This record gives sequence, C-alpha cells and structure tokens, in this order.
Amino acid sequence: MASLKDLRNRIASVKATQKITKAMQMVAAAKLRRAQEAAEAARPYSERMGAVLANITQAIGGGGDAPALMTGTGRDDVHLLIVCTAERGLCGGFNSQIARLARDHIRRLLADGKQVKIICVGKKGFDILRRDYGSLILERVDLREVKTLGFVNADAIARKVIHLFNEGGFDICTLFYSQFKSVISQIPTAQQIIPAAPASAAAATGNGAAAVYEYEPEPGEILSDLIPRNIAVQIFRALLENAAGEMGAKMSAMDNATRNAGDMINRLSITYNRQRQAQITKELIEIISGAEAL
Amino acid sequence: MAEAFKFELVSPERLLVSEQVESVVIPGAEGEMTVMAQHAPVMTTIKPGVVTVKAAGGKEDRYVVFGGFADILPSGCTLLAESAVHVNDIDRADLARRIQDAKEDAADAKDDVARSRAEQFLAQLTTLEGALLPA
Repeated sequence: MASLKDLRNRIASVKATQKITKAMQMVAAAKLRRAQEAAEAARPYSERMGAVLANITQAIGGGGDAPALMTGTGRDDVHLLIVCTAERGLCGGFNSQIARLARDHIRRLLADGKQVKIICVGKKGFDILRRDYGSLILERVDLREVKTLGFVNADAIARKVIHLFNEGGFDICTLFYSQFKSVISQIPTAQQIIPAAPASAAAATGNGAAAVYEYEPEPGEILSDLIPRNIAVQIFRALLENAAGEMGAKMSAMDNATRNAGDMINRLSITYNRQRQAQITKELIEIISGAEAL
Repeated sequence: MAEAFKFELVSPERLLVSEQVESVVIPGAEGEMTVMAQHAPVMTTIKPGVVTVKAAGGKEDRYVVFGGFADILPSGCTLLAESAVHVNDIDRADLARRIQDAKEDAADAKDDVARSRAEQFLAQLTTLEGALLPA
C-alpha cells in the first residue's frame, strides 16, 4: 500500500502532466484555426485548377499530344509512393493511420511483383515505414524547419517527383495523406497523381457546356505547363490538409489526455482521503484505548 | 461607364482579388492583353509581369505576378498565378533572389531548349524589375 506521501507525490505529478496536456491542447486549437484558414484559402486555387484542367483535357480530347505526365508511361511496374505525415507525434492515431494505409498498399504491390519506391514527407511516417521497408525509401523530405507551409515547399517536392518521372524512375505515383473532414475525423487517403486520375475526366463531362476556348499558346503547350503545376497544387493541398488534420488530431488526443488526467486525479484524491481518514481513526483508537487502559 | 465583369486573382496560398471590374491588363505569354466584359473565351499562360486591375469604381490597382495562367470567359476572368503580390508589397530582395535563381538556371541548363527557356524567363524578370524600379 502506497504511503500518504507517495500518493501526494503522484497527485502532484499527474496534475503537472495535466497542465502540460491542457496547454498543448490550447496550442493545437490555435494552430488548428490557422491551418484550417490556410487550407480554406488554398481551396479556390485547386478548384479552379481542376476546372481549367478538365476543360483543356476535353479540348485536346485525349489526342496524341497530351504529355506523358498525364497519360502515364503505359506500364505499371514501378510505383512511387509519397507518404505525407506529421513531423511530430502526440496526435493520436493520425500518423499511424496514414502509415498503415501506405503499408497495406505497399504489401499489395509487392505481392503483385511490382517495384515500390517511397518518398517520405514528415518524420513520423519515415520512422514507421523505415522499420519494414527502409530499403525502399528514396528520400525523406524534412519540413520541420518550416514555420508556415508555403507553395514553394510543395513545389520543391513536385519538382523532384517530376524530375524522377522524366528520368523514367517510376510509372505510377500515389500520394498518401489525411483528408481533413472535421476536428474529430481525418480520413487517410491514397490519391493517384501521375498519371492524372480519371477523376478529372469525370469532372469534364460534368460541365459539358464549357465554352469553346481560344488557346494562347497551343493547348498542348499550356497543358505541359499546367500539369506539373497541378501536381504541385495537389501536393500542396495534401500538405495543408495534413497540417490541419494533425492539429485536429492533436487537439482531440490532448483533450482526452487532459480528461484522463482529471479522472486519475479524482481517483487518487479519493484513495488519499480514505487513507488519511483511516490513519486518523487508527490514531484515535490508539489514544482512546490507551486512556481506557489507565 | 463600361460594363463590369467578375475578376478573380488567385494564388495557391489565397484568393487575392474577387470583385467587379471594368478592365484588366494581363501580361499574356504572347503579349499583353486587356480584358473587358464580353471577351471571347481565351485561355492563356502568363509571364512574370504586372496585372493592372481597373475596378468598377474607377480605382486602379496593380499586382505583380510570377507566371501562371488566365481563364477568360465572357462572364468573367480568373487568373491563377503561381505567386502574386500587390505592387506596394513587393519585396525587392525577393525579386532579386528570383533573378539570381533564374540566372543560375540559365547557366545550369543542359540542352538548348532548357537554356533558351531559362533565358527567356530571366529576360522577363529583368524587364519586370525595370518596370517596377521607378514605382
């Protein structure tokens, strides 16, 4: 049985932890708002980009002059996986969920006899994947020093990916990230970015009444400018959604931790009070029985 | 007064302008163009340069954009810029850095196509710098 002093120490330490988790929760809440704003501010661009791309794809009509980034290499032997996770932990199952999705995907691909390459964005995903597939990881992009996520960061990653593609490094590229649904729900998602998923074609038929455009310069030329940019935009969006999701997950994880600490303090206090009462009673009995014996 | 139309200037980070305007001057890849209401549908890439926006109230605003493309419809115009800033907020050091980068790109270019593209980009940037200096 723990002594009173031990209990007092325990309570003090749990209280200190609770203060920390509470502070982290508040920091995460503030950061979440900022991340959410950034994600929302970036949305118009990616939406317009999608619409424009759909229009232009329709105009070209899958003609022979579509760049390889869009049509793919025609093979699917080598897969590149870009796994975006957070740089820091303490955010519940956020990182492991993304990593698990990526791992399942890798296992399936390897079972099919495909070759897999991985680029890790963020430290946590790298740590998890390194254990099983360390030899497959090409590169690890570190964004820890980055204070506010800018388009340049995404652009740098996109450049690397495109460079690799042009060298024939891979055939299909899939982006793994966590879609930000709400503060309590982030959905790990796999999205194929090279060749561009047929989703854009579906969007094109959606606004079939699109005007007949004049292109300046030629559609093919615009497209070859547009597609790399679109990849950067997709990565940027994934990073922003991830940032918002991470903060959301961290907030709810820290909220849970704070509540658990509160419960623990309550339980410990009850034990502490009971024991103190027991000790007082014991001392009283000793005094009274001592007095009676006289 | 000329008819107004909807103009939007969007960069990946945020939506900069979304308002009714009279006319917009866009630095198109194949020459500057002024867009007014009821313009024929055109899609064009843009080069680094200055976008002049004349609001419906007659107020003029200028923005510096670094590449991107414009989607013009009779009902409105959307400009997707790689990065865009208001002329008053332009950071000269940033511009100088971009020019330096472009110079390095031109020097590093492996084949003629890449080199000529990099040099073209560099020329556009220097023109832009020249245009901004007196401002």
